Amino acid sequence: MTSLRSVFASATAIVTFSLTVPTVSWAEQPIPVVATFSILGDMVERIGGEHIALTTLVGPDGDTHVYQPTPKAARSVAEADVLFMNGLEFEGWLERLAEAASFNGAMVVATNGIVPIAFEEHEDEHEEHDEHEEQEEHEEHDDHEEHDEHEEHDDHEEHDEHEEHDDHAGHDHGTFDPHAWQSLDNAVIYANNIAAGLAQADPANASAYYINRAVFVDQIVALKSDVDAMMGALPADKRTVVTPHDAFGYFAAAYDLTFEAPQGMSTESEVSAADVAALITQIRRDSISAVFIESITDNRMMEQIANETGATIGGTLYSDALSGETGPASTYLDMIRHNATTLSDALGS
Amino acid sequence: MIWDLVVAPFADFGFMRRALLGCIAVSVGATPVGVFLILRHMSLTGDAMAHAILPGAAIGYLVSGLSLGAMTVGGLIAGMIVALASGFVARVTSLREDASLAAFYLISLALGVLIVSTHGNNIDLMHVLFGTVLALDNTALILLCSFASLSVLVLAVLFRPLVLECADPQFLRSVSKLSGVTHFTFLALVVMNLVGGFHALGTLMAVGIMILPGAAARFWAESIGGLIAAAALVAMLSSLIGLLLSFHYSLPSGPAIILVAGVGYGLSLIFGPVGGAIAQNLPRRNFET
Repeated sequence: MTSLRSVFASATAIVTFSLTVPTVSWAEQPIPVVATFSILGDMVERIGGEHIALTTLVGPDGDTHVYQPTPKAARSVAEADVLFMNGLEFEGWLERLAEAASFNGAMVVATNGIVPIAFEEHEDEHEEHDEHEEQEEHEEHDDHEEHDEHEEHDDHEEHDEHEEHDDHAGHDHGTFDPHAWQSLDNAVIYANNIAAGLAQADPANASAYYINRAVFVDQIVALKSDVDAMMGALPADKRTVVTPHDAFGYFAAAYDLTFEAPQGMSTESEVSAADVAALITQIRRDSISAVFIESITDNRMMEQIANETGATIGGTLYSDALSGETGPASTYLDMIRHNATTLSDALGS
Repeated sequence: MIWDLVVAPFADFGFMRRALLGCIAVSVGATPVGVFLILRHMSLTGDAMAHAILPGAAIGYLVSGLSLGAMTVGGLIAGMIVALASGFVARVTSLREDASLAAFYLISLALGVLIVSTHGNNIDLMHVLFGTVLALDNTALILLCSFASLSVLVLAVLFRPLVLECADPQFLRSVSKLSGVTHFTFLALVVMNLVGGFHALGTLMAVGIMILPGAAARFWAESIGGLIAAAALVAMLSSLIGLLLSFHYSLPSGPAIILVAGVGYGLSLIFGPVGGAIAQNLPRRNFET
């Protein structure tokens, strides 16, 4: 909260400042900024408006997990005043790229200030997942009291205590689920961070950024009430969703859904027969009726799983990238709405 | 016990049966080709051809998405072009075939990477090209089985000239005009089996199932028929054990299969009766004299 208050304080200060000092920004070029992937890029575009010249490194339908930077990307980064990244080790390649491009602008981590969800160990039996998913609701610390009996409880306690430290050496894929944008509450924090970052780099247009932020946040809040209604209406026995890779942890936590995935958190890992078998067993046992495919992954596996279990393909979910201009998820808000509608149509029937 | 370990995974899960069937098809089709590659001192040709195929499959993917047909046709065309071009150069110039093959596959690979990169889509192509054996659908299985059958049929027809080529290529060239035909048909078989194999195991792993069992078989048999039988057996056993390891110990299936084949090669190297380390160095030669 203190960070939010200080943001508003500095915003007020900057607004006052820009009102008192005669503005010279009319003839100015838009400031060059870089966002790492399409979803973040859309948010930055919304808040920056005409005052920024945005380059998005990983475009629509691109997979950020396995992105290979190009010289063009390095040039954009080198020329940028602000570099927007998701953080939580989502862009593993960014540090090297920024260094190689000798980037010396401001780096804004969009997930700064969110409550990250701890990464699940995927060695676990899938049977235990139901409990795990509930446990992921870290928003309320009290939640943990209900799960005292679980053997991994201690681990999770530690995560909470050490949140500010970087000493989680035990995990391979980063400590926390990076796909934080899937929660609309987090999107507000993203918007705040982006607005603050832009305002700091370009104080002359700070008021415009904060106005755009306010408009965007209103849209997010309006969408949230729609999605809340859709997800709230799902029957209790239809709340398990199967997707190719674990990208919906925050969405699941917000709406008490369970997401299962054969591929795990990153699209980089190769699946093993054990993972697929566990998933098929679970689909059969819980009589899950629909599985979903994602825009950025190899969907042959899901089609096979659907084939074998008799489940239907419920539709395409957008997880880590927006669709192209003509697709159903060309903006962040459209993406969340599309995902929620697809889930609600397939599970609610 | 045995039931739970070995049979149950296949009895309970259709995808395991499909994976096994796909692997057996690849084993039957690719290993005889691998044996001939080894006999003709062309073991690394398989690797080169795998790289030559990759850009063709990539172009197929870019043109029509994850379509089995487009990627297969693209891979076949790219592989054939490289095989024909390098063979042609070797026969009309003084450049040896391995050198011209190396040159052509490198060109093909660079061209493929260029096409993929300029297309601007960042979907990881390696993922697309690393077909996973756990996701074989009906069309992929039919394709694999057809390729295997065709490969075995063509090999049966070509068997004699191929053996002659292995033993004495100059002699075949002098007595028959079919030497060139034999050679190119054989390269076509290599390409076809690699394209089939990469749907199941990915391009790199497909070379593994082609060469490793053949190399292991060298320590078990001396006749060509024996070599092919031993290689196919090693490949099928590796597929079965690899899939089971992937199932019970949650390992990625492609590498598990190839590593089991690698272990098979290592064991053959030591214990194989034909020129294996033990057979070669123990004073058991008395038998032969």
